[in-house]
Amino acid sequence: MTMDQLDAAGLLAVYSAMAVYTLAFAAFAIDVAKRSAARSTVPRELVSVGGDSPAGGQSPPAIAPAEAGRGARIGFVLTVIGWVVLVAGAVFRGLAAGRVPWANMYEFALTGVAIIVGVFVLSRLWRDLTFLGVFITGLAVVSLGTATLNFYVPPTPLPPALQTYWLVIHVFVATLATGFFALGAGLSVVQLVKERRTNGFLRSLPSAEQLEDLGYRVGVIGFIFWTFTLVAGAIWAEHAWGRYWGWDTKEVWTFIIWVLYAGYIHARATRGWRGSRSAWLQIIGFAAVVFNFTVVNLFFKGLHAYSGLSSE
Amino acid sequence: MSRSSESDPLRPRDHIEAPRRAEPLGEGPRLGIAGWARFLWRQLTSMRTAIVLLLLLALAAIPGSLVPQRSSDPNGVIQVRSANPDLVWLYDALSLHDVYTSPWFSAIYILLFTSLVGCVIPRLAHHWKAMRAAPPKTPARLSRLVGFQTVPGDASDLDRAERMLRRLGYRTARYGQSISAERGYLRESGNLLFHTSLLAMILVVGIGSGFGYQGQRLLVEGRGFANTLSSYDTFTAGQWFDDGSLEPFAVRLDDLEVEYETENRYAMGAPLDFTARVAVSEPSGERSAQIKVNEPLSVAGADLYLISNGYAPRISVRDPEGNVVYDEYTPFLAQDDLMTSLGVMKLPDGLSQQLGLRGFFYPTAVELGSGALASGYTDVLNPVLSLQAFTGDLGLDAGIPRSVYSLATDEMTQIAGGDSGAESLTLAPGQSVEIPGGLGTIAFEDVLRYGVIEVHVDYTQTLVLWITIALILSLLASLLIPRRRLWVKATGTGLEVAGLARGEDPTLERAVDALARQLRAGAAPSHATGERVTT
Repeated sequence: MTMDQLDAAGLLAVYSAMAVYTLAFAAFAIDVAKRSAARSTVPRELVSVGGDSPAGGQSPPAIAPAEAGRGARIGFVLTVIGWVVLVAGAVFRGLAAGRVPWANMYEFALTGVAIIVGVFVLSRLWRDLTFLGVFITGLAVVSLGTATLNFYVPPTPLPPALQTYWLVIHVFVATLATGFFALGAGLSVVQLVKERRTNGFLRSLPSAEQLEDLGYRVGVIGFIFWTFTLVAGAIWAEHAWGRYWGWDTKEVWTFIIWVLYAGYIHARATRGWRGSRSAWLQIIGFAAVVFNFTVVNLFFKGLHAYSGLSSE
Repeated sequence: MSRSSESDPLRPRDHIEAPRRAEPLGEGPRLGIAGWARFLWRQLTSMRTAIVLLLLLALAAIPGSLVPQRSSDPNGVIQVRSANPDLVWLYDALSLHDVYTSPWFSAIYILLFTSLVGCVIPRLAHHWKAMRAAPPKTPARLSRLVGFQTVPGDASDLDRAERMLRRLGYRTARYGQSISAERGYLRESGNLLFHTSLLAMILVVGIGSGFGYQGQRLLVEGRGFANTLSSYDTFTAGQWFDDGSLEPFAVRLDDLEVEYETENRYAMGAPLDFTARVAVSEPSGERSAQIKVNEPLSVAGADLYLISNGYAPRISVRDPEGNVVYDEYTPFLAQDDLMTSLGVMKLPDGLSQQLGLRGFFYPTAVELGSGALASGYTDVLNPVLSLQAFTGDLGLDAGIPRSVYSLATDEMTQIAGGDSGAESLTLAPGQSVEIPGGLGTIAFEDVLRYGVIEVHVDYTQTLVLWITIALILSLLASLLIPRRRLWVKATGTGLEVAGLARGEDPTLERAVDALARQLRAGAAPSHATGERVTT
């Protein structure tokens, strides 16, 4: 296939993934609505089954009711399908461009969503976080929509500054961190909601404390990857620009995000901050990640000018 | 749930695991100076203060990404200041062009690091002792601890249990009919090393960068420069830099090779690769080497980077008698992705009047519908120069430093191009034309590339790299290694097993279960559930 055909195939896959995620979002949303309606039928005992049960055996403790609603199951299957299609889209784009598919904003968005959804899908092996389906698929649809409508550029070769394995490492790890941050922020949002209300759908969710524990574990992994992103970026900057740290706008925002999450990790261990305050910090941290990817990339002047979009 | 013990990591007072102490209420009025100092120090070293300072630090970093900084974007600083002359005082008063060295930003991180030192030093001393202390006494009742269960066995199984725990990396102690075991001291070690490394990083960067320097030099192909202060176009150095420390070497740019995209129609002419071939002379001899983007060249402790490139047409000017009064390669600065390049020449002497030339170089000129020229491609396929000419006062005698890349035409009269009535001087290589007014002739001889080489010496690099490695490893240890205690106690009903987490430990319960399974498996081989226990 020619470059244009490969790219068109990739774009088609991305549009298909968007359609599948929209369906998945609908399925998850219907599930939430149904659970809200069926408030009295949810057995109370299920709510408190958790890590504290003395009989917790070999299998990881289930924190959500074993039988997720049919809507949620359909939603999850659709999410997996959408993920496979999106990964194919990113691979086609990479083949079209002849390099890793994360060198401009359109490609960052594709790969970023693929990784966020991938982290969500793979987390199923560890815990049932299906209740985050609405959040994750919603995020995926909005991000892919923005990417295809506003960020799309034809595949172009890498400028010399990006032709290094550090592009593969630095950007990939940053995207991986973003995946974990997204999941952590989702958990923190649900935690905050759960702290305020416990009726309807929310009753079937893990307790606010369990959500906080999970959110913390996910956030910590994101923080470790983000630290690595920062370090790898500094080493690359040393190679490309002759200094490892120069307070370029993107460096500043990477630093801000790192400091916010450091604050979150401290807050989690501090009396008076654990709970909803630390959850807010995790959400603010993720908001900074999103801001860094969108507003900073597009409107702030700096050396990391790789959106691929002309400034006019 | 538990009392704190000697071997607990020392926690800041408001840490979630710190023992709750009654706040000394009503003592305020009677605090003396020492009391107040102690009070303030406690506040400063608390977790709450650290969080607030971290959030302030994040907030304070934002303006530096909105306002151009002298360190990263000096041209942006000039633009902003000339666009907003009324606000210059405000930018200066708030150090908005030097946010990261400003008093207010420094104040935040100095407070943060003071807080950190105040927090870490007592913990270091405590951890040093704790690592040598025996695990704490077994609590009287294990039933309220995590994963509590009873497995078959009696006091005779304790030796076996202790061996198991030791193999799992626990430090153990016997208290009567029980074993107390603890592991994961590396968590606190990592935590302390991480914070100490951060401090070391700040100190090394702060002090070490004062000895380094960086200089930039534009080189047309074939030209070279020696590493001395006067050969740099721009030069910045740390406060303790001594120009005697400039390493003796010289660099000549032999050839700058640029590879362009020729197939992808969306990126036609985009540069794909830059290779600067250079000759390096050191006291030990001369060698040839290359510099590429992302591949700096190391010479005598300095790193050499290729940071930009462009075209330098060679232009000569003759007076009416045919004497050469000017003949130089003049670097033109690229204005767009297609390398439309702008350049300036100043000829104060040699002709009957001072002459200024300003204009564009097009590596591959194409004529637009309007008749104007534009660059159609990045490489040199159809090079054309188009110059405007000015006569009058170049303003070089006033003693005011002028940029070589700009021409002040206020005191000059335009004689070619623009509204002068005469056409711009348009030249292809080898061509020459008359300068209007009988001043002489101008010729475009040929064109070469130039590269800008940056020489950078930073003595902190290696040390910072080692500190960074320590940072990452200690971060992993402090976040991922669980610090936990397990107890095995022989009672009338069997062996009681339970655990206690110190810090985040999501897998504690599983660890207690695993220990219980091992104990069961060893106690009654006939009931073993399949797990093999090697002894």
